[in-house]
Amino acid sequence: MYRYDDYDQSIVDARVEEFRDQTRRRLAGELSEDQFKPLRLMNGLYLQLHAYMLRVAIPYGTLSARQMHMLAHIARTYDKDYGHFTTRQNLQYNWIKLADAPDILALLATVQMHAIQTSGNCIRNISSDQYAGAAADEVEDPRPWAELLRQWSTFHPEFIFLPRKFKIAVIASEEDRSAVKLHDIGLQIHRNAAGEAGFRVFVGGGMGRTPMVAPVIRDFLPKAQLISYLEACLRVYNRFGRRDNLYKARIKILVHELGAEEYRRQVEEEFLHTSTLGLDAPAEEFARIAAGFAPPAFESGLSEEIDRSDPEFAAWLDRQVAAHKAPGYAIVNISLKPTDGIPGDASSAQIDLMADLAEAYSFDELRITHAQNVVLPHVRKSDLYAVWQKLDAAGLATPNLDLVGDIIACPGLDYCSLANARSIPLAQKIAGRFASLDRQRDLGELKIKISGCINACGHHHAGHIGILGVDKKGEENYQLSFGGSGAEDASLAKIIGPGFSEDGVVDAIDKAVGVYTQLRTHGERFLDTYRRVGEAPFKEAIYG
Amino acid sequence: MADLIRFRGDETHEEPAVTLDAFLEQTNATAVRLEPTDDPRALIPYLARLSLIEVSFPKFRDGRGFSIGSILREAGYSGELRAAGDILVDQINALRRCGFDAILSDHGVDREVLAKLSSLYDAVYQKTVDGRQPVWARRHG
Repeated sequence: MYRYDDYDQSIVDARVEEFRDQTRRRLAGELSEDQFKPLRLMNGLYLQLHAYMLRVAIPYGTLSARQMHMLAHIARTYDKDYGHFTTRQNLQYNWIKLADAPDILALLATVQMHAIQTSGNCIRNISSDQYAGAAADEVEDPRPWAELLRQWSTFHPEFIFLPRKFKIAVIASEEDRSAVKLHDIGLQIHRNAAGEAGFRVFVGGGMGRTPMVAPVIRDFLPKAQLISYLEACLRVYNRFGRRDNLYKARIKILVHELGAEEYRRQVEEEFLHTSTLGLDAPAEEFARIAAGFAPPAFESGLSEEIDRSDPEFAAWLDRQVAAHKAPGYAIVNISLKPTDGIPGDASSAQIDLMADLAEAYSFDELRITHAQNVVLPHVRKSDLYAVWQKLDAAGLATPNLDLVGDIIACPGLDYCSLANARSIPLAQKIAGRFASLDRQRDLGELKIKISGCINACGHHHAGHIGILGVDKKGEENYQLSFGGSGAEDASLAKIIGPGFSEDGVVDAIDKAVGVYTQLRTHGERFLDTYRRVGEAPFKEAIYG
Repeated sequence: MADLIRFRGDETHEEPAVTLDAFLEQTNATAVRLEPTDDPRALIPYLARLSLIEVSFPKFRDGRGFSIGSILREAGYSGELRAAGDILVDQINALRRCGFDAILSDHGVDREVLAKLSSLYDAVYQKTVDGRQPVWARRHG
C-alpha cells in the first residue's frame, strides 16, 4: 500500500489546522452558516436531518488494518458505535458533533486518512476496482494512477468551484466492477494493437435525475499524459458547464448538449495547449508511487485444495470467494448485507474484526466496494475456513454476493436531508421476503438498488431492478425500474409503470421474479431474460 | 465595503476597466474587466499593453474565474490580475495559485486570518501558473 511521505502528511495536517480554525470561527459566530457551508462541505461535513454527517475518504477503496481500526475507534468514541460504508467506497459517520470534527480529522491524519473533497463541487474521492492488484483479469494495478489522481486533485486551485461535483473512477480490466461509464470521468487501462497500455477515457456518465452512460471521448491516451489531458477535460467543463440550473450542472449535461464530438474537439484543442505546460509528473514520480503498490510477498507452492466438507462453508465459498491471480490465494468478499441489517453498516466491533482478519490473513489490506461490501484481497486458500469461521461468528458471513439480498441502498429519509422516502426499511423488507438463501441462489445474480430520492445515491438507474423513492402527496411512493447495469454492459433501468407503496413494491418484485423463473433459459440472469423478452410479460404480471 | 488587497509592489492602476466588448472596439485602453462568460483568449494579442485585468466573481461559488486567471498567465500576461466580487478569505490561496495578484473583495477580509491561511500549506501537488514547485518536482529535485 502507498504510504504518505512528509509532503503528503504536511498537506493533510495543514488541512486539519485550517478546518480547526474554520470551525472555531463558525462556533465563535465569525462565520455565518451560509459562509461556513462551502468550507465544511469541502471537507465532507454535511448537516443532516438529526446531526452532522462526516464522510471520510477511502481513496480507491483501499485501507490497512491500522486505518480500519481507527475508523472503529472513531465510531466508538464520537458516533453511535457504527459506521456506514457508501457506494463511493467511503465511510460515513451519522452522528457527529461539529465541535468534535477537528479532533476526528486530526485522528484520521495520524493514520494517513482525511475527509478532503468528500463533498462540495470539486473532484471527489477517486474510486477504483476493489479487486485491484488481485484480479486475474487486470492489465495492471490501476491504483497507482488513482493515487496520482488523488494527489493531483487535492486542492487543485482551478477546480475547487466547479459547476457541480465531479467523480472519477479508474479500472484496468474488461470486467467493470466500478461502474466507470456512470462516472463524470471513467478511466479504463487497456492495451492497444501495438500492445501498449493506455487509458480509454469515458466522459459524461452519471446517475441523478438525468442518468447517462458516458461516451468514449478518447479511446487511447498515453499514460504519461493523463494529468494534462484531464486538465483539458476539466477546464472545458469549468468554463462551459451550466451554472444556471443546479440540476443541469453536471458534466454529462454539457457533453450531451454539445454532443460528444464537439466536446471531444474542444478538449483536444485545449489539450494541445495543456500538454505544453509541463503539468504531468515525471516517470520517476509515477515509479515512486507504483512502488507503494508492489504486490505483497505471495508464497509459492501453496496448496490449491480446500476442504468443502462443511456445507455452510462450501455455500459461502461458492458465493463470496473470487479467483486470485496468485496460485494458492483467493479474494474474499465480506457481505455487509445480513437479511435484517442495514446495507453497508458495520459496528465498531465488526470493523475491528475485519481489520484483525486483514492483518492476520490478507497482507494487512482491506478494500471497500461500491456495492457497500468489504473485501480481503489476498487470502491463502488454506486459511479460508478459519476466516469464514471468524466472519460467521461476527455475523459477517452471509453468502449473498450479487444475489437478491445484496441490496445497495442510500441512507434515505432515516438520515438524509435530501431524501423523499426511506430506503433502509424497504431494503430490509425485500431481503426478508427473499430470506431463503436456497431461493436466492436459485435466482442467481440479481442486483437490486434503492435510492430515496432522485439524486440516485443508491444507483437505482444501474439496478437490474432499481427502486426510486418519491414523495407523492405526502406519502412515500416507490417507482420500479428494470434492466439497468453498472457493469461493462452498462445500461439504464427503465420505469415499468405507476409506483407502489412500500409493501406493494415488494409484491411487484416477487411477481417480476416469478416471470423470470418461468421464462429464463439455462444460465440466463434476470437481467438477460429481461433484455431478451422485453418489459411486456413483467408489466402484465405486475399490473395485469 | 469593497476591500482591495494587492500582492504586487507597483502602484495601483488608476484607469477604469472597460468591458471586453468595449476594449475590442477601442484597443487603446489599458485596463479590462472580464465577466465569467468572456473568453480571456480574446485578449491574447493585446496582453503586453494591458496593465490591469479585472475578473469578476459574481458569486463565490462561480469558479470560472479560476480558469480565466490561469489562461491569462499561461499566455504570458504579467500585469495586475485582480479578482473582484464575492470572494471569501478562504479562497484567496487558490486565487493566488491561479495567477491572481490582487483581490477586491465585496467583504472585509480579516488580515489575521489571511496571514494564517497564507502560510499554512508549504507543499502543493499541482504545477500551476504561480511558479511554486509541486511536490513531485521537490521529491525528485
